[in-house]
Amino acid sequence: MVLACWTFLLIIAGALVTSNDAGLSVPDWPTSFGSLYKIPKLVGGVKFEHTHRMIAQVAGLLTIVLAVWTWRAEKRRWMRILGWGALGTVIAQGILGGLTVLFYLPPPISSAHAALAQTFFCIAVVIAVFTGQKWVEEQPRVEFDTRRPSLFTLTLLSIFVLYVQLILGAMFRHHGLSWWPHVVHAVVVSFVLAWTAVRALTVYSNIEAVRRPAIVMLSLVIAQLCLGFTAFLTRVSWGRDSVQPELPMVISTVTHVAVGALLLASAVILAIQVWRHAPVAFEERLPQAQRDPSAA
Amino acid sequence: MLRDKMPTAPCTAGVSPAVARASRPRPNQRESVNPQKGDIMKKTIWLIAVMCALLMLAACNKKEEAPAPAAETPAASAPAATPIDPATVATVSGTVKFDGAAPKQAKIDMSQDPGCKGTNEAENVVVTGGDLANVFVYVKEGLGNRTFDVPKDPVVLDQKGCQYHPHVIGVMTGQTVQIKNDDPTTHNIHPTPKDNREWNESQPPSSPALEKTFAREEIMLPVKCNQHPWMKMYVNVVKSPFYAVTDKNGKYEIKGLPPGDYTLEFVHEKLLPPQDIKVTVGPKDTKTVDASFKGM
Repeated sequence: MVLACWTFLLIIAGALVTSNDAGLSVPDWPTSFGSLYKIPKLVGGVKFEHTHRMIAQVAGLLTIVLAVWTWRAEKRRWMRILGWGALGTVIAQGILGGLTVLFYLPPPISSAHAALAQTFFCIAVVIAVFTGQKWVEEQPRVEFDTRRPSLFTLTLLSIFVLYVQLILGAMFRHHGLSWWPHVVHAVVVSFVLAWTAVRALTVYSNIEAVRRPAIVMLSLVIAQLCLGFTAFLTRVSWGRDSVQPELPMVISTVTHVAVGALLLASAVILAIQVWRHAPVAFEERLPQAQRDPSAA
Repeated sequence: MLRDKMPTAPCTAGVSPAVARASRPRPNQRESVNPQKGDIMKKTIWLIAVMCALLMLAACNKKEEAPAPAAETPAASAPAATPIDPATVATVSGTVKFDGAAPKQAKIDMSQDPGCKGTNEAENVVVTGGDLANVFVYVKEGLGNRTFDVPKDPVVLDQKGCQYHPHVIGVMTGQTVQIKNDDPTTHNIHPTPKDNREWNESQPPSSPALEKTFAREEIMLPVKCNQHPWMKMYVNVVKSPFYAVTDKNGKYEIKGLPPGDYTLEFVHEKLLPPQDIKVTVGPKDTKTVDASFKGM
């Protein structure tokens, strides 16, 4: 939970770097102005970039602690793998962050850095869910899902369209793509997420573990649409000729990124809870001979 | 996998199909230690460590290489300059006007760095009494295959009051640009060219001037400071010495042109499109060529 919260803070810090156009204010990596430990004067763009690096270092340390702790204390094998997976992801993320500085913010690398940040956030959230007391101790209430497409399929589709939207948004923010693919895809995302949330709320409203993330996801979709519209106005419409990043643009775009991360995490949590509480039911296809009781 | 803590007999409510999902993951079981897996893990960790070390090495090498100013200087065996008869050379001069109501100069907020005490006015469109400053004027066509000596004197670019002075410069390919920092704060200088090599270097207060060259022709090559996002200027790299930048009265003068037919191009960083004007100069001519840009 601590790692998930810290990662959320890290995403905000990273978004502040991009929105303030401060990505290259510290021109070297892995050192900062030639030093691995000295804190430079935190003024101008350095304030955003170096703060982001310091928060990232702490996130890396927390992930190491988590991976080692999971490896030693966790009995579930897949949880131990998830812990190492988190460590691998945070290392890859650090390398991507370094590469984007060394190669002067190429859009594909910067976008990959942005997308992997939210992937790592989802991993941290998932670990928090799986190690939470409720998950470990609860006796899950299960209702099998016979509808097609199943709610679980819808949650996976939601995660997929959100991830595509994340990449499109990151490419736009890092000047690799125009704004319109992100805006057009927002319609698809809204439709899929609304469909998923409405299905979850109408069919499984009696299961709290499903209802809660569904409500959160639906609320975040509405908030994200409003924030996206504001970000579009402040950046694309009003901010086109601005001589420097202006506060309304910075606030709206950073909030848009942060809520986007929460939205992706809520979709992942919903998928996990649906998998647990509303699994897909299917007819077992047995050979006719085995199906006929008289043959036994 | 997610069902580790799921009870063996969950309280299933609602629909109950013939057979529910059969292949759920089994409960937690710590596997017997597989020595091969341990080896793979060790190898993976080593691989990641080696990759990190290589990346750090690459980063350090890059940093050491970056200041080398000779990297972009043209070959020493550049062809000798085509002789020009000084007795026949002509002069072209004129004024560049802004057509329409002059835009108000945008204000800059320098509050994020106390070391910045500048004029707080952006220089992207500077109009004084209808005269347009910072227009780059150069001979685009008509010089044929003539070659010219590269001036030994550097073009000086000063960072003062957290702004670049001058805002627009012209320089010949291979000519040195001397970059000074007269501010009590650190700047970074980051050209973002299309045809030249990109670089990004920081320059602390009172540090020696940086000396850089540009190898290829490029008009309106943006230079920015990522620490102070309002700091932008433009370098124009040309092969001939026949260029000028309009002053605050919109005036320019190009001296020493050999007689001939030429196309002058007038380029502004923001006001588009660039304007091409044809001019013919005879021996010792003094011609006036004016231009005007419309507001956007």
